[in-house]
Amino acid sequence: MTGTAALAERTYQLLLSVRFWRGAVATIVFIVLWEIAARAGISRVPAPSAVVVTFNDLMRDPSYWFSWYLSTRRVFAGFLIAMLVGIPLGLAMAVSRAFYGVVFPVFEVLRPIPPLAWVPAAIIFWPTQELSIMFVTFLGAFYTIVINVIGGAQTIDLRYYQAARSMGSSGWDVFRRIILPGTVPSIVVGATVGIGIAWAVVVAAEMISGGGSAGSMGGAKGGGLGFFIWNSYVGGSYTQIVVGMISIGVAGYISSAALRKLGEMVTPWLREQ
Amino acid sequence: MRRPSKGEIRIANVVKIYGSEEVGIRAVDDCTFDVPAGKITVVVGPSGCGKTTLLNAIAGFHSITSGTIHLDDLMLCGPGRAQADPGPDRIVVFQNGALFPWKTIVENVAFGPIVQGRLPRKEAFDKARRMLAESGLHNLESNYPGEISSGMRRRVEIARALMNDPKVLLLDEPYRALDSLTKSVMHEALLEVFDRNQVTIFFITHDLEEAIFLGHRVVIMTTRPCRPKKILTVDIPHPRDYSVLTAKRFREYLDETVEAVHEEALKAFAAGERER
Repeated sequence: MTGTAALAERTYQLLLSVRFWRGAVATIVFIVLWEIAARAGISRVPAPSAVVVTFNDLMRDPSYWFSWYLSTRRVFAGFLIAMLVGIPLGLAMAVSRAFYGVVFPVFEVLRPIPPLAWVPAAIIFWPTQELSIMFVTFLGAFYTIVINVIGGAQTIDLRYYQAARSMGSSGWDVFRRIILPGTVPSIVVGATVGIGIAWAVVVAAEMISGGGSAGSMGGAKGGGLGFFIWNSYVGGSYTQIVVGMISIGVAGYISSAALRKLGEMVTPWLREQ
Repeated sequence: MRRPSKGEIRIANVVKIYGSEEVGIRAVDDCTFDVPAGKITVVVGPSGCGKTTLLNAIAGFHSITSGTIHLDDLMLCGPGRAQADPGPDRIVVFQNGALFPWKTIVENVAFGPIVQGRLPRKEAFDKARRMLAESGLHNLESNYPGEISSGMRRRVEIARALMNDPKVLLLDEPYRALDSLTKSVMHEALLEVFDRNQVTIFFITHDLEEAIFLGHRVVIMTTRPCRPKKILTVDIPHPRDYSVLTAKRFREYLDETVEAVHEEALKAFAAGERER
């Protein structure tokens, strides 16, 4: 099969590249130094070898994976709503001066409030813990997305509007064929940054709020990755703390990489030749 | 061969002041000249002299302060109508190009007829492909503008303009960013397009050789405020090719006008007009 052959070829190329080896060696050196520091008692962070043992145990623990599931669900729910609300809002602000004048000042006052400052208010206002956490996650992604959409739409070159108008485009044509595609690259940037923030926020929100009401499965461990870390800390399991931290790093990386890939698919004109 | 009998632009007493009437910048002052139908008229002047202001007024991107501009019998702008409506009868080809980067070449070229609802999508694409083939660009159809050279982009843009069957093409220093070798290729390509379509061309440049090589009529502008200083009829028959550049007649036209242009360039320089 050509697909497999291509993949094999690509893997082979990767193994030959200096870039790959530079990264690989750096990672190995980091882990080795960490191990030495832990064994020598310089650092109280558990050694990588101990973390691997714990991770191996957790792999078979459904409640660990349930934490993954819960956090992922919250991040994506908050993120998707942020996209659904943020993109039209940003576009409307970019297109209509009046709308911009009304909404932007309010937006700018709310924007500097860190999403985590909303946690207590969110817990009070939303009926369930789950919704409160999703709301805070939503806020984390929302501002970045809106700002990027506004910026993207406003920096579309005037010549494109003039050319479109000159060729007989209606206002709707200009919106659909110029403003919308012209803003897509900025939407992709906003989404990629936004989902990173959503991951940062969800973890902290889970810690503060105690993991939410969905933590029925596996007891307290079912409250998402943030609560998983907090619970490990309270329970004195330091290796689990590290596993939790790395899990979040991996989750954030996968989300951003997936969005970047998706972004490349919707902006074929920006692809490197 | 299509030969539109119409497509004449008459510019009469046009004034454009940016800012207020008293303290504003007078970009165009009492400017009067004709752009004959089915001919190439080249407007020459130093950078920033106000010639783009004139083009923008014809295209309908900017208003004028007073005067009138007619396209055939239609008053584009004048008393009671400060700004013309942009329309597909006058298509602009921009200085830095304005192909939509998110559309492929063929999508760009098919844009006009589709948004005007003149042709169904499929027919518009077929026509666009024919248009590209005519200009020798058919192998670029599915590329994005960012993937082709800037010289090719200009040719695609002219093809896109012609898809609208415009009466007038407005070209704003379209070859400015190109190197001189590419430029010479572009000139011949443009003349070829002109010979095929006989559309009225309004061409702006600061390059006198380019002006005389391309134009039936060359209008040399004074620098800010802009108005015609000298109008030259270039009596070298079309179709022209590059041998014209070394012809005696061509050199004579150059001799006749170079001083006028240089004078304005000096004035512009003294006034501190910068290259934009």
